[in-house]
Amino acid sequence: MAVSASALGVYKKLVHSPPQGSELSLDTTRTPTYCEICFWKCAGWVYKNEEGKIWKVIGNDEDQHSNGRFCPRGTGGPGMYYDEDRLKTPLIRTKERGRQVFREASWDEALDYIAEKMLGIAEEHGPECTALLTHGSGGTYFGDLLKAFGSGSIAAPSYAQCRGPREVAYQTTFGEGVGSPERIDIRDTKCLVLIGAHLGENMHNGQVQEMSDAIDKGASIITVDPRFSIAASKSKYWLPIKPATDLALLLSWIHVIIYEEWYDKAYVEKYTYGFEQLKAHVRNMTPEWAYGITTLEPDLIRKSAKEMADAAPAVIVNPGRHVTWYGDDTQRSRAMAMINALLGSWGNRGGFYNPERVNVPSWPHPPFPEPKKTWKDAYPDKYKLAFETLASGICDATIPAISEACNFKAWIVNGTNLFKTIPDAEKVKEAIQNLELLVVIDTMPMAITGWADVVLPECTYLERYDTIRDSPHRKPAIALRMPAAEPMYNTKPAYWMAKELANRMGLGEYFSWNNIEEMLDWQLKQLGTSLEEMQRIGVKTFERSYDDLYFQKGQEMEFYTNTGKIELYSTALAAEGFDPIPRYTAHEEPPPGYFRLNYGRAPSHTFGRTANNALLKDLMEENTAWINPKVASEWGIKNGQYIWLENQDGVRSSFPIQARVTERIRWDSVYMVHGFGHTNKSLSRAYGKGASDSELITKVLLDPIMGGTGMRGNFVTFKFESKEEEVES
Amino acid sequence: MIDPHLHIWHWQIPLYLFLGGLAAGILFFAAYFTIVGKGDKYRAAVKIAPHLVPWILIIGLVALLLDLKHQLYFWRLYTTIRLESPMSWGAWVLMLVTPLSFIWSAIHIQEIYPRWNWKFKFLRDLEAFFRKQKMAIAWVMGISSIILGVYTGILFSAFNARPLWNTSILGPLFLASGLSAGAAVIMLISKKHKERVMFAKIDIGIIVVELFLIVHMFMGFLASTQVQIDAANLFLGGPWTAPFWIFVVILGMVVPIILEALELRKFKIPVVIPASLVLFGSLMLRFLIAYAGQESRWLY
Amino acid sequence: MRYAMAIDTKKCVGCSDCVVACQTENNVPIGYCRDWVVEVTDGTYPQLELENRSERCNQCNNSPCVRCCPTGASHYSDGGIVLVTPHKCIGCGACIASCPYDARYSHPEGYVDKCTFCIHRIKKGLEPACVAACPTKCMYFGDLDNPKSPVSEILKVRKYKTLIPEAGTDPQLYFLI
Repeated sequence: MAVSASALGVYKKLVHSPPQGSELSLDTTRTPTYCEICFWKCAGWVYKNEEGKIWKVIGNDEDQHSNGRFCPRGTGGPGMYYDEDRLKTPLIRTKERGRQVFREASWDEALDYIAEKMLGIAEEHGPECTALLTHGSGGTYFGDLLKAFGSGSIAAPSYAQCRGPREVAYQTTFGEGVGSPERIDIRDTKCLVLIGAHLGENMHNGQVQEMSDAIDKGASIITVDPRFSIAASKSKYWLPIKPATDLALLLSWIHVIIYEEWYDKAYVEKYTYGFEQLKAHVRNMTPEWAYGITTLEPDLIRKSAKEMADAAPAVIVNPGRHVTWYGDDTQRSRAMAMINALLGSWGNRGGFYNPERVNVPSWPHPPFPEPKKTWKDAYPDKYKLAFETLASGICDATIPAISEACNFKAWIVNGTNLFKTIPDAEKVKEAIQNLELLVVIDTMPMAITGWADVVLPECTYLERYDTIRDSPHRKPAIALRMPAAEPMYNTKPAYWMAKELANRMGLGEYFSWNNIEEMLDWQLKQLGTSLEEMQRIGVKTFERSYDDLYFQKGQEMEFYTNTGKIELYSTALAAEGFDPIPRYTAHEEPPPGYFRLNYGRAPSHTFGRTANNALLKDLMEENTAWINPKVASEWGIKNGQYIWLENQDGVRSSFPIQARVTERIRWDSVYMVHGFGHTNKSLSRAYGKGASDSELITKVLLDPIMGGTGMRGNFVTFKFESKEEEVES
Repeated sequence: MIDPHLHIWHWQIPLYLFLGGLAAGILFFAAYFTIVGKGDKYRAAVKIAPHLVPWILIIGLVALLLDLKHQLYFWRLYTTIRLESPMSWGAWVLMLVTPLSFIWSAIHIQEIYPRWNWKFKFLRDLEAFFRKQKMAIAWVMGISSIILGVYTGILFSAFNARPLWNTSILGPLFLASGLSAGAAVIMLISKKHKERVMFAKIDIGIIVVELFLIVHMFMGFLASTQVQIDAANLFLGGPWTAPFWIFVVILGMVVPIILEALELRKFKIPVVIPASLVLFGSLMLRFLIAYAGQESRWLY
Repeated sequence: MRYAMAIDTKKCVGCSDCVVACQTENNVPIGYCRDWVVEVTDGTYPQLELENRSERCNQCNNSPCVRCCPTGASHYSDGGIVLVTPHKCIGCGACIASCPYDARYSHPEGYVDKCTFCIHRIKKGLEPACVAACPTKCMYFGDLDNPKSPVSEILKVRKYKTLIPEAGTDPQLYFLI
């Protein structure tokens, strides 16, 4: 029987085709989720195939973030689930930090270890000396844990390392931050101005979609970038600006808009404060003056300003997102905010809308204890205007020399690889060495996991429940994440870890729900729906209940600033001793033989998070160093050649990077996509691929206003062998 | 990052093309000289050399089978005849030529094994039957060997997506190369001086035709569009220049002509030298055209 | 019925979502692709132009790949879509060599594979996976014989080009310019 069965098998193989996508049913079970590949959290559906395995992820049509279409990283989500290099089991360090030598442990052992250490630190130093650094959805649960514990130091690197300066800039100007997702009305705009924002390579899903809609409607795009980005290729005006001179351009734009009287007189009259001071301030900042600094033709500056003014109020000077560049970033963002104010786009269709979010009630818990000190106590007179916690501030405050008032002794790091996030890696290492406890929760082994005392493996977003997504948008909406599959290996979701730790630390009453479904169902019932309904629909959108999406014409408005108006002259900044109106300051330029290191994003990757994802690695395996052909021929560098980059402090990239000789980059800069050059050998697909820009960012230009860490003040030169090879020879 | 070069065919295909061309050459001469009644005069051509052909074809077919990526399904080739597909032509021609070569070998087996004995009566009857049909077999073999020799070139030239192959000269060129290789083998194994002289003359004539075809092939490319010019430049300064001109043209064609001409002028040249050079050149021609062709592509 | 696709190069940002969506939908093995993105830059800094194209099999009306297939595995199907029947394919590679667009690849299981316009989805009234996933909505699909289909409508109002028209294959992938 065996023989004929195998003969039958051979026969079937010869005559029938193997199962392909064509034969798999389209009516297989689907479960709702929201994506975790980046922070946009698009809601979508996870489809499974006939064998019940995760097959593909597509967008939820009802979702305002994705409109039913995921970006390439979201579509590549299954790659994260199937990645065989995932963290599989809790690990406890056996040798000194950084040596990546661990032993496997059970969950009980790992959690007991952490709880014991935390309680010990609380007794000796106080619970305020623990901090959470998070960039993952599970952070909310660990945040609640820390707040219950008595610490208020919870930071997302996306503040001081990314959008912090613009939040402070918009708060001091309009009284409100820009928020996430940004409240820009791209789909109805007539003119989109991108200053160093590279939409299209930067894949903010909803924004790229709306930019496409805007192009369809005939909107024009103005891009200011030393690199010919994808956005620049679709722009009516591309301003190939000399790096680090953006403020001069912005001030000259303000000059033109004011002195040509292109600004919205009624709007400025009604809603703004400080116009006359601004007008006097920019009197001499003509396009001709800006030309000498930025190398942009005065004609181009005027034409682009006219383009913006003609489109007003449906014009957006995009606040951008990662704005920590040169240390004066709050002021630069202020200048951009001011142009928006002058053109009257704030609160108008095609400009900035008023977002609204659903207020998801918290599961009842005892009140959180008031921490006796926070990270701000480490910086007594600084960063008063920073309303969120600085991740880099916590890092610095962990090093005893820098501050006495508040020394952190324990970090919980959730879903962020600090070595590719916070610049000046040596300082981060120094801080870590001063910790008594470092817990890292992640799905993949990254450089940071090598420094942990305890590594807790989290299951991917496809395998777990999480908090209800309540991101603001044009209409308030919620989205549910539910597991499509059981957690693989010995991984667990964050809420489970937080609850288990809470029980061990005597904080169980803050996590008094029996299971996550109970908690989510209770929350959803408070909002008029239920877990069962959300599992069917995935996304629920509500009607606005507060103010309108846009200002009404002539509406009386009060803004959350000192004067109650949009402050072109910032009283808050003046009170702290900073320039109330931005001034241009020249920044350091690359010395001869060096080039400014510029970095950015690729649509197929999210920072360093996806470098090992098999599906996404297929799209882009490694980053390249963009070099202008004139420079390349001077140096004898050929396209595709591997070179090393060395920065002004003598730090050379650990791995070589492939040179991409292209006209798309200015001759004084080198560009590379961030997130490659991983050093963790467990990442079989990502280890050693490409080079890390983060390790070359050793000079940090600190923004004095809110502590943002400017990262674009580093310069690189080209080397043709690794540091080890050079030392040997 | 996508690799713009094709990488589907490796050593198996040029090897088969060479062996197919060689087999075609030998069988053609066997058929031709049988038809014109010179079978006894040119014994090596008609009665000895063809014995090599079944083995040459078997090795070639094994190479082909190895090249296939879905090997278990090879029999699908013989479930249909697709007149627009040169590969289908080739499959069926091989289906015709291979048995014919076995038959030819069988009816001439006594030439190399004089004491060969067909043990079974039906085999003896079969052999006698085929021996009677020798002329008909020769005609069929002659025509099908030409098709075999030409189709290997037409196969490539049908792929106009590879600009280097997109020339109708490739068919006649491969046929000529195969005939030249066949003539070289016959020259090598023949023991009769007159036969060697005859085939030396034939070989010289064919090689002259080959050189003529090569020149015109390049002229055609260079007078054509940019993709063709770039394709031709693979051999005119590009990465394949040296191997082509040295191995294929000089060593494989020009030197043999000189040596064979000298032989005709009664200089004593060991025949193995020009013969093996011709074979080497024929093999290299297939390799270079196959590999270089996969590097040429449309620009857009 | 003649299926065709139009892609707007003015809106395409080259994000490669179409590539991953196809890969998951059709279980394309890692290391291979049925569609890909081409980026072409022209000029010298700062006078530059850039075009992104999402390319795949052009489902040509006059396909050399169908002509040269020795077993008939490569054939025309509904609406002019060119398909490969895996159990008839011998893996000879002739079709791969014959395609001027390099649209085909050798699947690790032995047969030759390429874009099928997601015929399994079209049959259920859905769009191809790439078209459905594209975040910029720059891809239009439909039946050219139906004047109301998305692709017919867009080709009426926009300038377009095809790739290597001089190869004579009559491709059905149109790039809006």
